[in-house]
Amino acid sequence: MAKPVILSQHLPLRWLGVLPFFAFAFLFLILPTLYIVIGAFRTPQGGFTFDNIIGLNTPTILNAYWLSIKISFWSALLGCVIGFAMAAAITVGNTAKGLRNPLMTFSGVASNFAGVPLAFAFIATVGPAGIITLYLRTEFGINLRAYGWNLLSAWGLIVTYLFFQIPLMILIITPALDGLKREWREAAAILGATGPQYWRMIGFPILLPSILGTMALLFANAFGAVATAIALTGPQLNIAPILLFSQIRGDVLGNPNLGYALAFGMIVITGLANAVYIWLRARSERWLK
Amino acid sequence: MSRIFAWGALLTGITFFLLPLYGMTDFSLRMRRGVYSLDAYRAVLADPQFQATFGYSVIMALFTIAFGILLVVPTAYWVRLKMPELRPVVEFITLLPLVIPAIVIVFGYIRLYNTSSWLPLTGSAMGTNILLMFGYATLALPYMYRAVDTGLRTIDVGTLTEAAQSLGAGWGTILSRIILPNVLGAVLSGAFLTFAIVIGEFTMAALLNRPAFGPYMQILGANRAYEPSALAVIAFAITWACMGLIQLVTRFSKHERAKA
Repeated sequence: MAKPVILSQHLPLRWLGVLPFFAFAFLFLILPTLYIVIGAFRTPQGGFTFDNIIGLNTPTILNAYWLSIKISFWSALLGCVIGFAMAAAITVGNTAKGLRNPLMTFSGVASNFAGVPLAFAFIATVGPAGIITLYLRTEFGINLRAYGWNLLSAWGLIVTYLFFQIPLMILIITPALDGLKREWREAAAILGATGPQYWRMIGFPILLPSILGTMALLFANAFGAVATAIALTGPQLNIAPILLFSQIRGDVLGNPNLGYALAFGMIVITGLANAVYIWLRARSERWLK
Repeated sequence: MSRIFAWGALLTGITFFLLPLYGMTDFSLRMRRGVYSLDAYRAVLADPQFQATFGYSVIMALFTIAFGILLVVPTAYWVRLKMPELRPVVEFITLLPLVIPAIVIVFGYIRLYNTSSWLPLTGSAMGTNILLMFGYATLALPYMYRAVDTGLRTIDVGTLTEAAQSLGAGWGTILSRIILPNVLGAVLSGAFLTFAIVIGEFTMAALLNRPAFGPYMQILGANRAYEPSALAVIAFAITWACMGLIQLVTRFSKHERAKA
């Protein structure tokens, strides 16, 4: 009899403990995002409209999104492939286990070394007057520019992003590689499978959800990056985050609500990529637990 | 065959990692013609703008860390102790900053808290500083929460709380003298990561027009040749130091627990 009474007395007090967190999250995370999302569907007078979303259909904006998607995709794909190969080298097989700890530590550092300084490092190395660029030109007569290399371009951005994408892949995929049981390999060997066969038919299919999921995460990671791109190319390169940056600074699109729509599009893309990641991670946990 | 492949992948990757680090270091030492010198570092460190912006960012980082600890530790503790059913919701919210790009969040701030709004934070320098700190706290939330929550997992929150309560401790005492010391390693990990994030952050500070280290680096990069490389080396050293401290703290707290 008495119990429900006590419960109902305690219920509001119990909630008090999490109130600051929810208040903060609502005011400084959810509400600002909602404001952008709602703004994307509003006229300047406050009515409902699809005009802003339709307004995204201009060559400048579509090109910005498309270039962003391409850059994010390629940096995610290459980051995945290279990161996976490196993670595999330090885990499975007896190749370079001694390098495991240094590489993991370095990955922790490098995955956090992004933004403006990262751009500086690449400019100093393979930029127009970078150390490697000049060295190749003076010592070997190789002019990187003549081979189509330009750091201040989409491919320059992809290569620069790889500096944090590869380490992130290593950090995420190494535990998954550790989860491959030795018994599976032995069982396959007993049944007569060769190394490549084991990888093609057992190891790789088990890891595939993790790999694809991480790739989605890397994609979102690159898509939202602003600082590296601005420090590397200035405001010229037409990618979605830089366009949004210029829009916030000076309304370059000449329509504030179009800015909301542009930001909304970015949320949709990173949101989709993260949804794919969460879904695939749940799938990969079936085997790798 | 697979050994060659493994070594090939490792060497390629390591070369790729080392080249830019070598490049920025070498470049940063070349300010004086013909010889290696520390001129670029001297120029950077003597720049009053550097001192001002770096100091600003360090202070912002410290406030963000303090605020993050005050926000996250009680919440994670309370959720573990009293409201485990809320965990998925809280975890989901703490992961949102990884999904929503920082530039979108700060865009929302600018529109939501401008001078003509109900909470005109961007109206004054102090208000904008506070808003920026909240923004940084948001960016650090996923890391801080995960670190603290992992730390709480290793201790028996329920028993500790009951023991403290039976000795007459209130919530404040329990949190500050029982829970916090027990998860200090985890909290410090989160704090160092927060520091690394805040110190170089560019987007939020630039769009809120605050004189932080990130925008300063970007402006210097657009105007100077050698100083940016020196800044890159300094920034890399800071990141490395933060990560090193995290490892140290983690190892130390594991050691402590093993002894106990």
